[in-house]
Amino acid sequence: MTTSTSPGDTPVDSIAVANVFANNTVADELAGMVEDGALLALAPDYSGCAMSVVIALIRRHAKGLHLVGVPQLGLQGDLLIGAGCVESVNAAAVTLGEFGQAPCFVRAVSAGDISMRDSTCPVIHAGLQAAEKNIPFMPLRGVIGSDLVKHRDDWQIIDNPLSDSPDPILLVPEIKPEVALFHAPKADSSGNVWIGVRRELMLMAHASSRCIVTVEEIVDGNLLDDPVTAAGTIPSLYVSEVRTIKHGAFPVGLFSSYAEDTSSLKAYVQAARDVGQFSDYVSNVINSGAWTNS
Amino acid sequence: MDKQLKLLLIARLAERLRDARHIAVGASSPIPAAAALLAKHRTPGTQVSLLGSEKQSMFTDGGKELFDCAAQGRIDYFFFSGVQIDGCANINLVGRGEYPLMQERYAGSFGSAYLYHHVPNVILFCWAHSTRTLVDSVDFISAAGPLTDGVWRRGGPVALITDRCEFNYRPVEPTGSVNKDGPQVDACGQFELLSTHPGESIESIATQTGFEYDAVSEVKTTSVVDALDSVDQVLNDYVLPQLSSSYPRFVNRWLTP
Repeated sequence: MTTSTSPGDTPVDSIAVANVFANNTVADELAGMVEDGALLALAPDYSGCAMSVVIALIRRHAKGLHLVGVPQLGLQGDLLIGAGCVESVNAAAVTLGEFGQAPCFVRAVSAGDISMRDSTCPVIHAGLQAAEKNIPFMPLRGVIGSDLVKHRDDWQIIDNPLSDSPDPILLVPEIKPEVALFHAPKADSSGNVWIGVRRELMLMAHASSRCIVTVEEIVDGNLLDDPVTAAGTIPSLYVSEVRTIKHGAFPVGLFSSYAEDTSSLKAYVQAARDVGQFSDYVSNVINSGAWTNS
Repeated sequence: MDKQLKLLLIARLAERLRDARHIAVGASSPIPAAAALLAKHRTPGTQVSLLGSEKQSMFTDGGKELFDCAAQGRIDYFFFSGVQIDGCANINLVGRGEYPLMQERYAGSFGSAYLYHHVPNVILFCWAHSTRTLVDSVDFISAAGPLTDGVWRRGGPVALITDRCEFNYRPVEPTGSVNKDGPQVDACGQFELLSTHPGESIESIATQTGFEYDAVSEVKTTSVVDALDSVDQVLNDYVLPQLSSSYPRFVNRWLTP
């Protein structure tokens, strides 16, 4: 039995998890709404990861995705890259945190199999904020002097037009994803999604043309009726699809819900270091829903 | 790294954080995170924000808030490591070799390129001090060390702590001018050897360091005010329980070495 064991968190059991990944028709339907070649915004592991839909994207052999990590990518990115679904990545980093390097990402970048458009966290946030406002770029202090600037032909250094003295400043372009995909603790039947303080999910929803969300549960009532929940709620105005997939972020954690599953993440990292083992491992997740052998 | 050395590093870092109002800690930084929580224990009122942590964070405005907060001068201390760090305090978090098809690729630059310009006291750390990590010139500049180039900058490095020694960073006074086509590279600052950890010497540091540095007139052995046993006690009682949600593996290894 696989359980996550952080105190105060709800344990996730392996039988329930199997149904999240193996032939989950809801996840398949949502994955079908993400076209091949789409610019797809994803959250980092510490935020809200729609892992069941990511696995469904691999199941349907999605191709040519352009990922935006908001601002970085973790397991979702590594899985999609390893499965050959990705053409480019725009992110500040791709990392598995305490579990170390993201093996498929490192392999793909080193071989030139994907185009890594190295960025830095606030540039991603600013680009999405520009899209929120429908303006072409945002200025940002700092960053100048970094080699990132050299390799990003879509960034520009200009002289601050509002200053009397020379003042170089960086401009970064808007980032307007076709789809934002994430997992959240709850939504209501009107399609409003509660994200609490994880407001990068709100930013993703605002900036993207479409927003596809999975949640742990659909609650009664309307989340916007109570100012306490309304403050942390994305209005349905910005949400294209919302479906219940309980444990949908497994094996990474979900804020205010459950911790990461350490044994599954260890098993993943171990397998992902080898191309053949990665392939077998992912097939097993797709077919049986199991992330560990136990 | 053995536990005694970890304790020394945590205690030293915490001593450097004594005057901090707000310390923020980014990804993959369990030792700085432990030091920040130790500093908070010693100076009630010190605020600590651990990136990615639900409980050890005051932020309510999503991922961007750390960067906005830093831009407003509301973060006093931050920490960065690097695959490579050079003598001009440039840091490389991207990889070794020629970009983009590098021989050794790492995660990426995270927020370093930006925060390095905004946070007034950035403490650099390196737990594998050698000529492979502390190099003459980094292969990729994730975040640029301060230059006298006239580019707006409020932040930068103040120190580099490694598993062998501690350096101060001495900036140069800004005197350069700005070129219309971009920043004009002028002079950079310099590291200055402050102390060597037990078992190391001025000579061993020289052998293991790939960049040129200065030294204070009397380089001492690194020491801390508090006994390490008492630091260990505070870590066990106060720090580790708060660290376990962000760094479960670090905490487990500490408790069962």
